Amino acid sequence: MRTLRRFLTRLGNFSARRRDDERLREEIEEHIALQTAENLRAGLSPIEARRQAMLKFGGVEATKQEYRAERGLPLIENLVRDLRLAGRMLRKSPGFTAVAVVTLAMAIGANAVVFGVMDALILRPLNVPQPDSLYGTEYGVDTGFQSYPNYIDLRDRNRSFDGLAAFTFAFVGLDTGDNPSSATGYATSGNYFDVLRTQPYLGRFFHSPDEHGRNSAPYLVLSYAYWHSHFQDDPGVVGRAVRLSKHPFTIIGVAPPDFRGTVLFVSPDFFMPIVNQEQVNGENLLDARGNTHGVFETFGHLKPGVAPAQAVADLTAVGAYLEKTYPKEFAQKTFSLPRAGLSSFGRAMRAFIAGLMILAGLILLAACANLGSLFAARAADRSREVALRLALGASRTRILRQLLTEAVLISLVGGAVGLLGSIALLQQMSMWQPFPGAPIHLPVNPDATIYGVALALALVSGLLFGIVPVRQVLRTDPYQIVKSGSSGRVGRRITVRDALLVVQIAICAVLVTSSMVALRGLARSLNGNYGFETRNAMLINSNLAMAGYSGDEVPTMQKRMIEGMGTIPGVEKVGLVNEYPPLVYAAGSRVNVFKDETTDLRPSNVAAFPYRYDVSPAYFQAAGTALLAGRDFTWHDDKNAPGVAVVNREFAGKLFGSVTNAIGRYFTLQDGKRVQIVGAVENGKYLSLTEDQQPAIFLPAVQSPLSQACVVVRSSRDPQQLAAAIRSKLHELDAGLPFDLRTWNDLLVVTLFPSRVATVSLGVLGAMGAMLSITGIFGMAAYSVNKRLKELGIRMALGAQRQEVLQAALGRAFKLLAFGSAAGLLLGILASRVLASIVYGATPRDPLVLGGVVLAMSLLGLLATWIPAQRALAIDPAILLREE
Amino acid sequence: MKEKTDVLQGTLALMVLKTLDVLGPLHGYGIARRIEQISGDLLAVNQGTLYPVLLKLEQEGAIASDWGTSENNRRARFYQLTREGRKQLQVETQDWEQTAAIIGRFFDVKAEDLS
Repeated sequence: MRTLRRFLTRLGNFSARRRDDERLREEIEEHIALQTAENLRAGLSPIEARRQAMLKFGGVEATKQEYRAERGLPLIENLVRDLRLAGRMLRKSPGFTAVAVVTLAMAIGANAVVFGVMDALILRPLNVPQPDSLYGTEYGVDTGFQSYPNYIDLRDRNRSFDGLAAFTFAFVGLDTGDNPSSATGYATSGNYFDVLRTQPYLGRFFHSPDEHGRNSAPYLVLSYAYWHSHFQDDPGVVGRAVRLSKHPFTIIGVAPPDFRGTVLFVSPDFFMPIVNQEQVNGENLLDARGNTHGVFETFGHLKPGVAPAQAVADLTAVGAYLEKTYPKEFAQKTFSLPRAGLSSFGRAMRAFIAGLMILAGLILLAACANLGSLFAARAADRSREVALRLALGASRTRILRQLLTEAVLISLVGGAVGLLGSIALLQQMSMWQPFPGAPIHLPVNPDATIYGVALALALVSGLLFGIVPVRQVLRTDPYQIVKSGSSGRVGRRITVRDALLVVQIAICAVLVTSSMVALRGLARSLNGNYGFETRNAMLINSNLAMAGYSGDEVPTMQKRMIEGMGTIPGVEKVGLVNEYPPLVYAAGSRVNVFKDETTDLRPSNVAAFPYRYDVSPAYFQAAGTALLAGRDFTWHDDKNAPGVAVVNREFAGKLFGSVTNAIGRYFTLQDGKRVQIVGAVENGKYLSLTEDQQPAIFLPAVQSPLSQACVVVRSSRDPQQLAAAIRSKLHELDAGLPFDLRTWNDLLVVTLFPSRVATVSLGVLGAMGAMLSITGIFGMAAYSVNKRLKELGIRMALGAQRQEVLQAALGRAFKLLAFGSAAGLLLGILASRVLASIVYGATPRDPLVLGGVVLAMSLLGLLATWIPAQRALAIDPAILLREE
Repeated sequence: MKEKTDVLQGTLALMVLKTLDVLGPLHGYGIARRIEQISGDLLAVNQGTLYPVLLKLEQEGAIASDWGTSENNRRARFYQLTREGRKQLQVETQDWEQTAAIIGRFFDVKAEDLS
């Protein structure tokens, strides 16, 4: 109670300082006057009486100080005073302040941006009730894909999940009556929304009881965003009939605004029951147990008390049952339980973002080292001032507090600037759609967490670099410094500043190395050999099921399209591939292949696991894939003809030793079909640019037609000029056919996206690293030239040559630079192994990279020491020596 | 020469309260003088230290102050005990006496008493 009262009074006094000082002064005066009077009465002389009175009173200034400390809140008062002084000091050296603030703003901004992305993709769970117990079931190592019948078994036989839901993506033509447009959504199991425990914003969701087998539930739930943009928030949409790829569906509800599906970076336009997927895919996957692309991800809430490890054991048991029951179609693989939200992309994304976070942290560390050495230099320059203050009775704590206040002030300002920048950038990123037409976006959203992190980083880094000069101040001997001036010792062996600079340069060299490795990798992947030629090739991507084709109409129409394209002048070759060609939208399903002599077609007897593409005759010519031996398909390799295949060199080598050996030989597919190899083509890339060489087989598309296919049109001139002709030709063939016409290169964007992102982010971080090393070296060099102006002047007066002067002035800076760069280069080479998983062909053992780093660091060194060197050379000894 | 005792702040505060209790309103010099007198000049305070103590007591509400006129007709700040201060004095006197009694007993103890 008493303490509180005092605190409040003190708080009040905090503002009323002047009046109180006056009161104390008056009281002291009165006190001394009374004592003097007393002393006079005791018979002392007036002067002596006053002197005795003063002596008895004690130190007036000390009393005042104590009185003030008693009265106000000294901590806050001192802080305010320190802040004012710090502000004044910083204003006095605007160059230093600007460099420091910009350095920190960049470092903290980079960290805030990376953290924002990490927060959005990794730290934050899905926006659904109880996300903590929500797990996906991942099957095998490559992807989370499942077949629908397997999902049903997993759903019904597991004992760990409180309901297991599944979904896959659906690409449809959505026709609301006037303008059909393509839309992307989820085809989900009936229990999807119930498993997620979400409630509709409008209308109702579909549920398990709505499912009555194939194509039984033509219901559509719109996402809030799609409802907002395409239906103008019209509450009357519930009950409206629309056409999905020509099939009638009824809109039954709208999902809540904050629900954007169960993959964090894909926001669907709609949700439809998976039992109706045949209507939009044109292919029934509900019974295809062997087709592991029927379901994209399965997930559910673990029952209370069930640990993930138990659930994995449970799922493995179900897997064992499936393997026993369906030996031909199910091979047991390891199950794992990733967090729902990133599905099978999680691992790579996590690794990449963690890597970025580490690099960003390094940037901040380098910035701190940079500022730390600047601060140490500054403190050294101010040693005279510090000594004077110490001599006048300031405590060392007080001086340190002052220095720290200055550091923290800079870091807070830098942090604020960095945060503003990062917020702007994050907002841009949240609007960004990397692939036009695909509903992929980054759900970043600058919020309080990010502000908090930025603030914490600013404070920590402020303290970190503010602490550097502490030892220096603590060891200051005011007597020595005041006596001898501050010119002091230069030739000390290794100072903290030197060590800091080496650390900083090493960090920067790591960043420069990684960004060079990434750049080089990207350049290579752009010029690499994919096994096909993407230039001058257009892709017509169409799903005939969207236009109502089915059965035998599909291959007939596809043949007409190929022939139609061939009549356009300028077109050289036309071919077709089912689904998508290699490297587009991660297309490429893999199949089990058995040796001809194998009769027991169980998974353990599989001879190869190649990618399978179904292609038309002349596809290889259209794609620019070289035929190494044998023949291409013809239109006679149709349904009635024996099974034939063209294989790539890898496959031929793996099964038969060589290409020539392979021609004419047979292999067996999972369904028991015997296939003869009639040709061999060159190797290529299929799923991603970073993959190791994989086997691949090509089968005639007419033998297994699919409504979703791409027609490859190769022309002699710029394919863009053909676009209009292709469009009108397609229109001529079927005016109601939805299609997507792009160059092959455009579609590669998706495949190249990860390495592009990696390259851009590493490039930015590398540039920051380079900038930091410039300021660091510059600071150090400028400081040492400044310090030694006099010495250099004397050397010049005694006849030193330019070269010797430079050597004396900058030799040390260069030595540190070389040392730091070497260390950084080594570390960077080690770090680049991580990059190899993302960037195609990222290898640091590339002479170009090594040379590039060395060259870049030397250039940076030259750039940074240029001005100090000029300054050193411009010394006029006559003027300089006269000055002091 | 014997060093004059440096008074602990707490003790000084108690002395101030007691002085004001006995003598009524006094200015700073008066308080210092009385304390010096009563403690038999053993406790010649570094008189300046009195003022921070006075301020602290005033902030705690134990004493109040106002301007008045001193014996030599000058403006002086007079301090007087408040009700709260009187209570505080009572409590602290008791505490002090108790402590003094305990310490006293310890000093009275002889070796044979503990055997």
